[in-house]
Amino acid sequence: MSATSVITIPELENFYDHLALAIDAVEPGKAQIFLVKLALLLAREAVSKEALPALIDDAARDL
Amino acid sequence: MHQADLGTRKSLYYKYQVYPFVAPPDLEQVTHQQVVIVGGGPVGLVTALNLARAGIRCVVVTADQQVSEGSRAVAFTRRSMEILQQVGASEQIEKDGLRWRYGNSLYRGQRVFRLDVPHDEDDRFYPLINLQQQIVEGQLVELIGQEPLIELRWGTRFVAMEQTADKATLTLDTPVGEYRMDADWVIATDGAKSAVRQSMKLRMEGDSYEGRFVIADIRVDLGLPTERLAFFDPAWNPGNTILLHREPYGIWRFDYHLPPGESPEEALAPERIATRVNEQLALMGYDNMKWEMDWASIYSARAMTLPEYRHGRVLFAGDAAHMLPIFGVRGLNTGWQDAQNIAWKLALVIQGKAGMALLDSYSDERVAAAREIIDEASKSTRFMTPPTAGFRLLRDATLSLALTHEFVRPLLNWRTSRPHEYTDSILNAASDDSALFSAGPAKGATARNIRLGENDYLFDHLDLSFQLFYFCESGGLPQDLADEIDAVAASGITVGVVVFSRAPESLPSDSRAILIDDSSGHIHQKYGVEHSTGVCLLRPDQHVCARWIKPDAGQLRQAFQQVLQVKGN
Repeated sequence: MSATSVITIPELENFYDHLALAIDAVEPGKAQIFLVKLALLLAREAVSKEALPALIDDAARDL
Repeated sequence: MHQADLGTRKSLYYKYQVYPFVAPPDLEQVTHQQVVIVGGGPVGLVTALNLARAGIRCVVVTADQQVSEGSRAVAFTRRSMEILQQVGASEQIEKDGLRWRYGNSLYRGQRVFRLDVPHDEDDRFYPLINLQQQIVEGQLVELIGQEPLIELRWGTRFVAMEQTADKATLTLDTPVGEYRMDADWVIATDGAKSAVRQSMKLRMEGDSYEGRFVIADIRVDLGLPTERLAFFDPAWNPGNTILLHREPYGIWRFDYHLPPGESPEEALAPERIATRVNEQLALMGYDNMKWEMDWASIYSARAMTLPEYRHGRVLFAGDAAHMLPIFGVRGLNTGWQDAQNIAWKLALVIQGKAGMALLDSYSDERVAAAREIIDEASKSTRFMTPPTAGFRLLRDATLSLALTHEFVRPLLNWRTSRPHEYTDSILNAASDDSALFSAGPAKGATARNIRLGENDYLFDHLDLSFQLFYFCESGGLPQDLADEIDAVAASGITVGVVVFSRAPESLPSDSRAILIDDSSGHIHQKYGVEHSTGVCLLRPDQHVCARWIKPDAGQLRQAFQQVLQVKGN
């Protein structure tokens, strides 16, 4: 079992909507830095720090 | 014929002196020297002083006839001051310099990081001290003038060198023509563009080009304390960083990255520097401030090292051996650690007391140090001047977060230069009890200074020899240990002995040892001594090479054989 905490479908959907609206709300051209800030904040909150490198690789796949 | 520029260098605060070229006897006939140091910068001068203090004669040749131009390496670490203290050069620098330990990093007008370098009350020297390099060089030249074992030859340019298994022959050029000189050993301390290194066609490893920076020294009264200031992403130089350091004599150092696409000539144009200085001053709230330009220069930040610092009879030190990014004051502070490491080893080899392999340990230890510094420094550099879009994005995101989030703020700091620990050195005793110590300086680390009283510290009492620290509850140095030290001394190795006793009233008078009252147990604790006795063996450069609770018979002698790289009998 990994140490990853489980996110429920309603929680994921809420995050999805909130993030989409936030990206739309930031100044034009600032979405990238906004997302990197968010990534750093999420890295702090991550239950398993060991999983972080693999998450970056996952995100880079199939772009 | 080589003729140095004899026009006196200009400075608002330093009176340059042109030192005379004196025609040496070598012009008539090739002489033979034990050691020739090529390069009269601060690393060469400290190496020479260090060798002389160990009784070794040397000749220093330097192309210039005055000390270097401008403030250059301006911040010295505590370790550097301890190294300078060993050669008697710390006092004046401490008197003239500005001590500091704090720094502020600012972004969008807000302080996002407060640098606070710890200062232990057991340390004589402050974590950092600022003094212009040419002043330091001038003081070193003065000390050398009082040292009969050093001959400093001004106006003498290195031209070429050839070497055999047992000597090197240098060709040197002077105002009166060329001459040749034989040397048992050559130490190249001739800087980043080392002519010695180039003549030997040696390649440095790593070529991360870190960009070009402007250094501009101005005289201005800002009324600010001696704290390092870093401004991230200032409006006048977007995306870059500007550093400010306070120097003695009312000088402030501005250090900033060249904006992309700008040539060094354009960046050094006085009106362009003036515009930028004024913009930076305005950003700090100083409008229409009066200031005077002292000196400006460009440097390229590189992170490279030779993979070997010993090539037969030639040894490299300082920038000639490695080019290090200066963030975190890593340039000269690293070079002086080289100087200190090389001097005692070469002295012992020349005196026939140590094996040649001791010189290879110089290379191993200091190359490892340079690689560690390059690795660490590159973390700073990529924050200061992000090399790619990705690094830029992460840096900007971090700065933005730092305005409100504590956890990213340490990323804004860069670690300052610290003494490298020779953890994997072949000189560290194979047979000791170091693993049984849970605290104190480990094998390879530098010893810890201790405040003994008013203006009195442990390092003040240590000369440039090996030191044996003996920790005990009561009594003095036991006879068996004293006998072993005598046996080592009989082979010509000087060993200083310091006894730290928990019960000083029980100390016998012992002419060989410095006896120190440790009834409080403070020094025992600092050195991690938890048993009734403890022994700590220091190399002449104050790095620990062995620790015991109590050495078994023969262990101390073995440790010396190992550190001297001589075979046991």
